[in-house]
Amino acid sequence: MKKTIYTIILAVIGLSTMNAQSPKGEYGAFALTNATVHTITNGTLENATVLIRDGKIEEVGTISNFGTDVTVIDCSGKHIFPGMIDSGTRLGLSEVGSVSLTQDFSEVGDIIPHMEALTAINPNSSLIPVTRVSGVTTTLSVPSGGLFPGTAALVNLHGYTPKQMHTGFSAPVMNFPASGKRGWWDRRSDEEIKKAVEKSFKQLDDVWEKVAQYHRIDSSRAAGSNSVELGYYPEMQALLPVFRKEVPLLIEVDKAKDIKKAIEWVQKQDIDVIFTGVSEGFRVADELAKANIPVIVGPTLSTPSQDYDRYDRPYANPGILQKAGVKVAIRTMETENVRNLPYNAGFAAAYGMSEEEALKAITIIPAQLFNVADELGSLEKGKQATLFVSTGHPFETSTDVEHVFIGGWQIPMSSRHIELYEEFLERSPGLKN
Amino acid sequence: MKKRFSITIMFSLFLVGSISAQTEKGDVLIKNGTLITVTNGTQETTDILIRDGKISGIGKDLSAPSGVQTIDATGKFVMPGIIDAHSHIALDAVNEATSPVTAEVWTGDALNPMDVGIYRALAGGVTISHAMHGSANAIGGQNATIKHRWGTVKMDDIRMEGAPRTIKFALGENPTRVHGEGSGLVPRTRMGVEQVIRRSFSEAKEYMEARDEHEQNKKKRNYKGTEPTYDIRKEVVADILRGDIIVHSHSYRADEILMLMNVFKDYGVEKLVFQHANEAFKVAPEIAEFGAMASVFADWWAYKFEVYYSTAYNAAILVQNGVTTSINSDSGELIRHLYHEAAKTQKYGELTDEQALELITLNPAKQLGIDDRVGSLEVGKDGDVVIFNNHPLSIYAVPQMTFVDGVKYFDIKEDEDDVRTYVNPAEEVDVMNKMTEHEKCMTNTEWLFLNE
Repeated sequence: MKKTIYTIILAVIGLSTMNAQSPKGEYGAFALTNATVHTITNGTLENATVLIRDGKIEEVGTISNFGTDVTVIDCSGKHIFPGMIDSGTRLGLSEVGSVSLTQDFSEVGDIIPHMEALTAINPNSSLIPVTRVSGVTTTLSVPSGGLFPGTAALVNLHGYTPKQMHTGFSAPVMNFPASGKRGWWDRRSDEEIKKAVEKSFKQLDDVWEKVAQYHRIDSSRAAGSNSVELGYYPEMQALLPVFRKEVPLLIEVDKAKDIKKAIEWVQKQDIDVIFTGVSEGFRVADELAKANIPVIVGPTLSTPSQDYDRYDRPYANPGILQKAGVKVAIRTMETENVRNLPYNAGFAAAYGMSEEEALKAITIIPAQLFNVADELGSLEKGKQATLFVSTGHPFETSTDVEHVFIGGWQIPMSSRHIELYEEFLERSPGLKN
Repeated sequence: MKKRFSITIMFSLFLVGSISAQTEKGDVLIKNGTLITVTNGTQETTDILIRDGKISGIGKDLSAPSGVQTIDATGKFVMPGIIDAHSHIALDAVNEATSPVTAEVWTGDALNPMDVGIYRALAGGVTISHAMHGSANAIGGQNATIKHRWGTVKMDDIRMEGAPRTIKFALGENPTRVHGEGSGLVPRTRMGVEQVIRRSFSEAKEYMEARDEHEQNKKKRNYKGTEPTYDIRKEVVADILRGDIIVHSHSYRADEILMLMNVFKDYGVEKLVFQHANEAFKVAPEIAEFGAMASVFADWWAYKFEVYYSTAYNAAILVQNGVTTSINSDSGELIRHLYHEAAKTQKYGELTDEQALELITLNPAKQLGIDDRVGSLEVGKDGDVVIFNNHPLSIYAVPQMTFVDGVKYFDIKEDEDDVRTYVNPAEEVDVMNKMTEHEKCMTNTEWLFLNE
C-alpha cells in the first residue's frame, strides 16, 4: 500500500528531473474506482466510483461506463474524502516566521478592513505544496492586528494567481476588544488596559455609525439621488457587505467574559457573524448555542488559556460546543503546519467529539459558513472536484494521502519535504562515494 | 583548593542523593495489559509488577503481594514513561544571556516544581524531561534531568538522582542574534560561533593542564609554584573535555553540525547530541560515523530562516542512516502529546511502531545517559509507566494513568479542574495564555528584541 505512493513520488520526481522544473497539475477526466467514498452529506459508499470531468464531480456511486477519454485510477482498498478546509490560517501571507520581510498578515492601522489578504497571498509559496499533499485543499487566510485588521480570503491551494485560487469568499475580520492582559508578555497596567478597551468600544461604535451612514448614502445614490457626495472611504466600502448581510463578520474573541460581551454586541446589530478562536467557549457553550452564533475554534492542539483549567480543555472545547448545539468548525491558525488540520480535528474526536462531527468541522461546516457549500465540503454530483484519496482515515498519522484533486486538477504529490526525503534518504555521494 | 572543591561537590552530591532518597517509591501491579516493552517486543495480556519504585516482574498471572494495589489494564496499552530530551518546563529561568559562554550556570538552580506544566506533561504520559538552558549562548548553561514527581514544593524532589551532567551549546541564528546583533560581541556569524567554542576549549585545556601539573608538582620537594587561580567556568568546560558532561547542542544547519563535530574531534570530545538539528538529515552519514545523536521536532519548520530548507522526514532519514534519534518538544504544548509527534514519523517516512516509539522512550534515555535506568519496560528499571486506552500511536490514544517510581501522579479519572500546587497571590486571573511560541529556547532574551 505504501509502496504505491513511493512509486508515484518517484515517477513525479523523475518527470520533474526530466523537465528540470516542478511538476505541474494535470487537468482532465478521471475515474476513481472501487473506493470507499466518504461523502460527508450522504453517508459512506463502498466500492464506489467518483467521476471527475471539467473540474466537477460528474457522478458519485456505481458507474460502469466511462468515456474513452477517462483516466482510470484504481482505488481498491482506498478511501476518498472531500478536501479538508482550514477555517483560519496565515498560509500564503508568511513565508518564514521570524523574517518580517516575508510577512504580510499585519498592516499598520487599527481600522483597516480594506486590507485584502487575497492581494498578498503568494501562490508560489513553498508552504502551499507542503500543505496540499496532506489533503488540506482549502484555507482561509486571515490578516491580524488591530480592531479591523483586514479582510480574510478563502482560497484553494492550486493556481498561479490569487484570483485562480480564490473560492469567491472573502470576509472582514474584527478583533473583539479584549479585557484583561493578552498574555504574560503584555506589560500594560490595569489602568492602561481599561483605557484601551474603552477606546476600542468607542472606536467600534464610531465605525458602526459610519458604516450605517455610508450605507444610507450609497443606497440613495444607487437609487438615483446625487444630493450627497460619497467620498473615497475604502474602510467603509469594505464593511458594507457585512452591514448588508452579504457576508458574515469574523469576530475573533476568546475569553468567556468577552464572548458574552460580544454576544450582546452582536444582538444589537442586524448582521451575520462567526466567532473565531473561542478558546473559552466551553464555559459559555449554552449562551453561544442560544444566540445561534457559529464558531471556528482552534488550534485544538494548544495549552489551556488558564493555569487553573483542566489540561484537556482545548482538546475538548470543539466537542463541548458542538454537543451544546453550536455549529463548530476547526482551524489550526497555523502557517507552515496547516497540514496538521486533521490532527487538530482528530484530538477533538479523541476527547469527546464524534469522529463524524470532527470530520464535518473541517469539511462541510466551513463550506456552509463560507457560503461555498454548493462547491466544496462534500462529495456530491455537481460540486467542485476538490478531494483526496488516502489509505485510511485522515485523522490517523499512519494514513498516507495518495492523490489530491483541487477543482479537477490532479495535484503533483510533491513538496519541498518530499523532495528532500527522496534526495537524502540515501544520499549520494554518501560518506565515501 | 581543588580538593576543597571536590569535597564540596561530593558533599552536595551526597546531599542531593540523601534528599532524593526520600522521594516516594510506590508499589503497584498492572494486570492484563498489552505491554509495549520497547526492548523486548509487544506482549499481549501481560502483567507488570512494580515494587519499591522499580519494575520487579513482567509476566503472565503475577499475583499482588499483600498490600500492593492491583490495576486492571485489560484492553489497554502499557508502555514506559515518555522521555522528553528537550524541554523548558519547571524552570524559573532559561537563558543567562549575558555572555557567549556561561558554562558555570545550571538550570538545576532554577527548578520550579510547582509549574503546572509538569502535571500537563504527566497527562501526556511524560515522566522525565530534560530541563534545558536556552540557546542564547554558544556555550550555555548546564541542564537538569528531572522526574515529574508532581505535588511537591521542594525543587530537590524533582531531580533525577544520579542522572549524568549535560550542558547546552547553541549554534546559528540565536547566539549570533543575541551577542553579535544584540550586543556587538563575537559571535555575529557562524564563523564566530566556531571560534568562541575553540577558544573556550583551548583555554579550558590549558587551565586543566596547568592545574593538573600543579597537583603533580605539589608532591615534589622544593616546589615553589603557586596554584593557578580557580575558575568555575573553565572547570566546567574542562569537565566537557574530560568526557564527564554530555553536550546537547542546539543546531539547525548541516554546515554548523559538521563544524561542531570537527571541533569535537580536535579535542577528543565524544558525547554529543544535536538538538533540533532540522538539517541533520543532510549529513546523517557523518553524524552516524561520529557517533553523535539527534533530538528533533516531528514537523516544525519555516518558523525562522535556518529551518526553511527542512523536511518532516528528518527523523526517518536519521533513523534509516543509523543515528540514535529522539523526538522532543521544546514546548509546554508539544510535551503533552509526544506520542502523537512520534506517530507522525509513520506519515513522514513510514517508521515501524517499534522505531516510532523508541524515539520517545529508549532513544532520549540514551541521549541523557539514563538508558540503564529508564526508557523500556525491563525488570530492574525504574517504575516509570504510562497506561493508554488505545495504541499510543493512534490519534485516539489518551493516557489514562502515569506512574513515576511506581507512584501514580496522573489518573484521568481523578483529574480535577484546578490542580495547581501554588497560586501566586499577585497573579492576574484574567491573563490569557494564548501566544504560541516556537522555540522556548529564547525565553529570557525578550528584552533584547522588545522593539521587534
